[in-house]
Amino acid sequence: MWFSWHVALRLLRENRSQTLLIISGVAIGVAAIVFVTALLGGLQRNIIDRTLGSQAHIRVSAPDEAARPLRQTEQAVKITRVDQRAQRLNSIEQWQAVEAALLRIPEINAISLMVTGPALARRGEATRSVAVLGVDLERYNQIVGLRAALVEGRFALAGNDVLIGSELARVLGIGLGDRLRLDADAAGGDIYTVAGIFTLGQRDIDQRFVYMGIKPAQALLNLPGGISAIDLKLNDFFQAEALAQRLKRTLALKAESWMAVNANVLQAIAAQRATSLIIRVFVGISAAFGIASVLAVSVVQRARVIGILRAMGARRRQILLAFLMQGGVVGLLGSLLGCAIGMLLVAGYMAAGFNQSRVGLFAISVSPELIIGAALMATLVGVLAAAAPARRAARLDPIEAMRSV
Amino acid sequence: MSERVLELRAVRKSYGVGSAVETEVLHGVDLSLNHGEFAALIGPSGSGKTTLLNLLGLLDRPSSGELLLLGQPTRALDDESRTRMRGRGIGFVFQFHHLISAFSALENVLMPEMIASGRPSPAQRADAMALLDAVGLAAHVHKLPGELSGGQQQRVAIVRALISRPALLLADEPTGNLDTQTADQVFALFRQFNRERNLAVLVVTHDPRLADRCDRVIQLVDGRIVRDEPQAKPQSA
Repeated sequence: MWFSWHVALRLLRENRSQTLLIISGVAIGVAAIVFVTALLGGLQRNIIDRTLGSQAHIRVSAPDEAARPLRQTEQAVKITRVDQRAQRLNSIEQWQAVEAALLRIPEINAISLMVTGPALARRGEATRSVAVLGVDLERYNQIVGLRAALVEGRFALAGNDVLIGSELARVLGIGLGDRLRLDADAAGGDIYTVAGIFTLGQRDIDQRFVYMGIKPAQALLNLPGGISAIDLKLNDFFQAEALAQRLKRTLALKAESWMAVNANVLQAIAAQRATSLIIRVFVGISAAFGIASVLAVSVVQRARVIGILRAMGARRRQILLAFLMQGGVVGLLGSLLGCAIGMLLVAGYMAAGFNQSRVGLFAISVSPELIIGAALMATLVGVLAAAAPARRAARLDPIEAMRSV
Repeated sequence: MSERVLELRAVRKSYGVGSAVETEVLHGVDLSLNHGEFAALIGPSGSGKTTLLNLLGLLDRPSSGELLLLGQPTRALDDESRTRMRGRGIGFVFQFHHLISAFSALENVLMPEMIASGRPSPAQRADAMALLDAVGLAAHVHKLPGELSGGQQQRVAIVRALISRPALLLADEPTGNLDTQTADQVFALFRQFNRERNLAVLVVTHDPRLADRCDRVIQLVDGRIVRDEPQAKPQSA
């Protein structure tokens, strides 16, 4: 082992220009992989953060009401058409039991109860249709970071206090402490006081969401004692769809994951991942070819040396190992250099401000896992690429080998 | 241990076996070499000298017959065992010295040790230094082969052949590309180690001057030994 290692390092060092060439080749490849992976990773996190910044991972609500025509009998009139039922606002039946059941599921990180429905906001001549969300602010904040989004006022709701979005405040021309009338078709309306204004960064939400306490919402939407939706946050948000399907089956309720609601986002993420994978695979293959071809040339050049070593008692396995190690060393050094270059590229990219997105800069970071992964992969690729040349070296007949000068 | 370092029994060697151009190079060679013998193998080009040397060095296998190294039959051994026996039992000196250019003189000398047991021990290093000193290379131990003269390189190669204390030294035209004076020095080294260590030496050479100074001359012509006799009065080195 020591002998093979010694020979490997010495042969690499002797042929310095060749070694540097192949290490740079690997480094450029790894740098590209690191940069692309970090960039796409940052982009992806940015998209997910934006998407999940304002919605729950899963929302559980009462099942849709289905039309239930009477069973057809021979005497009855044949039904040719069944109209869809209009969906009323319904409370989740036995929501206390549902909540207790959800609390027992380990994948769930946070639960927030909610009374939600449509209303009309009115101030003077201006009206605006809004979504009323009756929540417990502290519990809701675990799902959507509303506290951080608050730009004015305080993060508390007492009596008929409401939190409204900055767009709605602008459209209705109201500010902190101003009054606002909300009407729901079910039970009339009431007057509310603006206790805070938030900006979640999504226009639609900032002009439509009105947060209030659970009790006033129940009164406004005519759902006394009812809960119309339960928001869930999971430990791993990519598990959302699977868990939603499970909840649908076990609870007989409607359960929608953010993944189902934002299919386009998932598609974009999947496309980015595929792109990233393809780039990595092809760069990896080309780096492997580079290593393999340089080592193949090296075996031919070193045939005489290999022959001498064999004549002096070196076993095939020792020769094989020496060339595999050369591949591994080149892969490892190339990948470390490549990681450094990749990090410089990322830093330069951020310094130049190229990482603009619709809501400002997004962060690109090179994770330790990425570096370690790249180093391991490159070392492995190096060893694999060296396999064919190394086997040829080990198979050389010492007599033949020494004859070649 | 048997008295014989090397014994060949009816060894034949053919190339291109099974093809239309099968040629037999050695036609049944019987030969033995004792510990401490100093023999020359001579013969015209194409007589089979190199083929025979490759067989003796376990670099190649006889097509038939048996070859015993230190009393042990070798023909049926696998490559691994032959390689191990070669590493321990035999030292090689070639015409073109065959040092490895990436390693210093000292490292080249220690190469057989490194192959056999990894990182050389201080004792092994001291041994190598002493041997290099004995051949007058103390000042050059850390130089690369490219920085040494032809005679110096050949001396390094001889020390390398002796470091693992083999019983047999095989030399293929060891002075072939050296001037007369340097050739004499190299030959004197062979003689010195032959006496000091009871080392068996077999030198393949074209040079009659060199052959005359060996204790025994074996002549090979067309794949057969035609002469094998002790030199009545070898010229002393």
